[in-house]
Amino acid sequence: MKRILALFAIFFLFPALLSAQNFPVTEETLSNGLKVIIIEDHKAPLATFQIWYKVGSRNEPEGKKGISHLLEHMMFKGTKKYGPKEFSNIIQRNGGMDNAFTSKDYTAYYQNMSSDRLHLSVELESDRMKNLLLDPKELESERNVVLEERRQRYENDPQSLLYEDVISAAFKAHSYRDPIIGWPSTISSITKDDLFHHYSTYYSPSNAFIVVAGDVDPSKTIALIKDKFEPIPAVSKSPVLSVAQEPLQEGAKRIYLRKEAELPYVILTFHAPSFPHQDSFALDLLSVILSGGKSARLYQNLVRTKAVAVNEFVSYNPLYNDPFLFMIGGTASKGVSADALEDAIWVEISSIVSEPPSEEEVLKAKNQIEASFIFAQDSNYSKALYAAIFERHGSWRLSEKYLDGIRKVTVADLQAAAKKYLIKDNSTTGILVPAGKAK
Amino acid sequence: MKKIFALFILVAIISLFSGYSYALDHKEFKLKNGLTVLHVQRTGLPVIMASMLVKASPLYESAQKPGVAYLTSAMLAEGTKKRTALQISSEVEFMGASLGASTNSDYTSISLSVLKKDAQKGFEIFADIIVNPVFPNAELSQKKRILKGSLLQKEEDHSYVAQKRFLRELFGQYHPYGRLVSGEPEDIDRITRSEIQHYHNLKYRPDQAILSVVGDISNEDLMQLVEKYFSKWKALSGGELIASNISIQQTVSAKSVMIDRKTTQASIVFGHHGISRSNPDYYAVSVMNYIYGGGGFASRLMYAVREQRGLTYGIYSSFNSLKEPGAFSVQVQTKNESAAEVLSIIKSEIKRIRTEEVSDSELNDARAFLTGSFPRRFETSSRIADFLVAARFYGLPEDYIEKYSSYINSVTKQDVLRVAKKYFSGTNYLIVVSGDGSKIKLDDMEFFKDLK
Repeated sequence: MKRILALFAIFFLFPALLSAQNFPVTEETLSNGLKVIIIEDHKAPLATFQIWYKVGSRNEPEGKKGISHLLEHMMFKGTKKYGPKEFSNIIQRNGGMDNAFTSKDYTAYYQNMSSDRLHLSVELESDRMKNLLLDPKELESERNVVLEERRQRYENDPQSLLYEDVISAAFKAHSYRDPIIGWPSTISSITKDDLFHHYSTYYSPSNAFIVVAGDVDPSKTIALIKDKFEPIPAVSKSPVLSVAQEPLQEGAKRIYLRKEAELPYVILTFHAPSFPHQDSFALDLLSVILSGGKSARLYQNLVRTKAVAVNEFVSYNPLYNDPFLFMIGGTASKGVSADALEDAIWVEISSIVSEPPSEEEVLKAKNQIEASFIFAQDSNYSKALYAAIFERHGSWRLSEKYLDGIRKVTVADLQAAAKKYLIKDNSTTGILVPAGKAK
Repeated sequence: MKKIFALFILVAIISLFSGYSYALDHKEFKLKNGLTVLHVQRTGLPVIMASMLVKASPLYESAQKPGVAYLTSAMLAEGTKKRTALQISSEVEFMGASLGASTNSDYTSISLSVLKKDAQKGFEIFADIIVNPVFPNAELSQKKRILKGSLLQKEEDHSYVAQKRFLRELFGQYHPYGRLVSGEPEDIDRITRSEIQHYHNLKYRPDQAILSVVGDISNEDLMQLVEKYFSKWKALSGGELIASNISIQQTVSAKSVMIDRKTTQASIVFGHHGISRSNPDYYAVSVMNYIYGGGGFASRLMYAVREQRGLTYGIYSSFNSLKEPGAFSVQVQTKNESAAEVLSIIKSEIKRIRTEEVSDSELNDARAFLTGSFPRRFETSSRIADFLVAARFYGLPEDYIEKYSSYINSVTKQDVLRVAKKYFSGTNYLIVVSGDGSKIKLDDMEFFKDLK
């Protein structure tokens, strides 16, 4: 799941992507609703296979938070045909690597390997789409693994814990408030029946899509996939996708976390719309103008000139299913209070209006976005990932629309977006207060 | 599973030099000033990746001035004869390019990623920061503050704290591998501008640097580009400054260190001295370590500790095979109450691999992974660029890529047993545990017999 955090960092820089590429894309939807997207790139005899299920922590019922992620873990614990150690062993024995990730909106599985071994992915992924064992003994062991994962990622990392806390505080109704990994109590109480229900509801071919990128022949690959996946029937009952909408926030919220730490840490969050909302383009550019490198405003002003921070970040991913958050934060310099850093961040926010970005600043941010997706196409994995993120939003082709939106943003749009969203009444601020150390 | 992914990459870099089924057809030329240039042309994507390797690292600095190599590379983009720090970052970011320098235990590399259309400007700035940095005082004091702040913040990560302590205890603070590459905050404070300037004059020399360029550029165009921007680079002084304390005490007695922190998990680093990259047993050790704990979900440690018992999210072992012998270590995080049990598994698995031959299927799986995964290590242009300079630095032979598979496939079960006996100590382990001392039952562990 920290993997998800790492993805955020990429997301704000990738918008345009496939539109300017030269790599041919083939798509086909099987009779059971499973969509297949093939991106050809023949420069090396390699490929990635990814299968994305449109289910994440967003879809989880109360009391079962973390079930999507726990199911992701259990997907590696065996089917009737392949035992619990088999999946990864087969992939590694063939020189490949495999992994998976769960986000608030989706769960994805992938293998990177030589393109002549693609049939293994097709065989293994089609098998575990319908034949998962969910062995009770394996479940008890894996539950403990996930509790260790939670300790490692959150409980013993004060900055990650604040991140979790501030998101929870920002949402009062929408399920985005709950951490993807779940809470210790829910991880401990999810049953085999719960997992089976989640699996049989959401792991349907009609609720999934496949992206293959690399040195492959599209028609042969589609035939291979059809052979194994088309016999899997779509789940007849439609997935329960009703999620509470977040009401308008009407006043600033603050939370504090007291935890053993070396330096104060501050995160400001603001509710923000998702693509294709018109304002999402301006907010995305704004995130790059504020924090897209060492020449950007936050590094120059907070880290370098005022020296109130040792690092800073802006995180805005416009490709959440529902409106999520625009986040600004940083670690205070030694001897600088969280308040002083927070004040300095507000000065930067106001200056978007008082000192509008120059044409050159805006062009630089646009160039960074355009270039970053070209660089990303160097790897099959990231090519497939980018296509998939847009596909999750409706179609991989939407990247075109995204790029157009970015290109059209004006200085006035940026200022309007800052005035509309980056305001106190829409903010939730989290402060990490370093507590005494046990050293 | 991000952590697992990151470690996988780490392991891949450590054992970077592994079999390849299709040739990496590179061209090589030298400038008059001695700069070696390695080139692979790749069309299809309009990007160019460049990597300059310089012999500047803890290996090539005085133990009395730790961190000078790191701070020098960190300051390269903070001002040149022609440009201020802000001009450098603005110009680079305006092209959507990236430019950065990093120093590891063995060397410094400066990397450029640039779109083909911006190749001229990109190379001009790339050369400018390598050849003409001026290390302005104002930027230096800012950089020091930022570095020290980052180091302080890293102390919040208890696995970092345990790892740092492990290397310090294993090698001692005067060994280049026993200290932080960046130096500790007090080391950073002591480094002056003139020492950085001097270090740059001494170590940034074309006759000892290696440049690799991979991407959408012809050999002819590249020659012109490199000639134009790097031909005026001159070595300013001679002689190698090598740290004086590389001699390693191979026979350390068993030792345990407990770092008491209020955490719910114990972070454990277990190990001892390892091997260098040039050790002829490198390949047998690669196979052996894959089976023991380096092979992710295929390894014995992951099976015993995570899959069978659910005691951790991930456990890995590695032989950090550097220019000089690096560390063998196992790293794992588990709830405080399980620390003793995990340590006993780590030790019993060492005993097993030192006394019994591995099975045929384990050997075959390890060989199949190491040879079969090799092409993936060269998928992207930036990874090819990094490989080319590192391969040259570590002195790998020209036919290395073709031969790798045969090196791995010639490793037998007897070889695995032999290197396990030779490179795993039966008794002399260094153990560092960071965690809640009140919950970790030290007395239950024979490892901690010498801990008071």
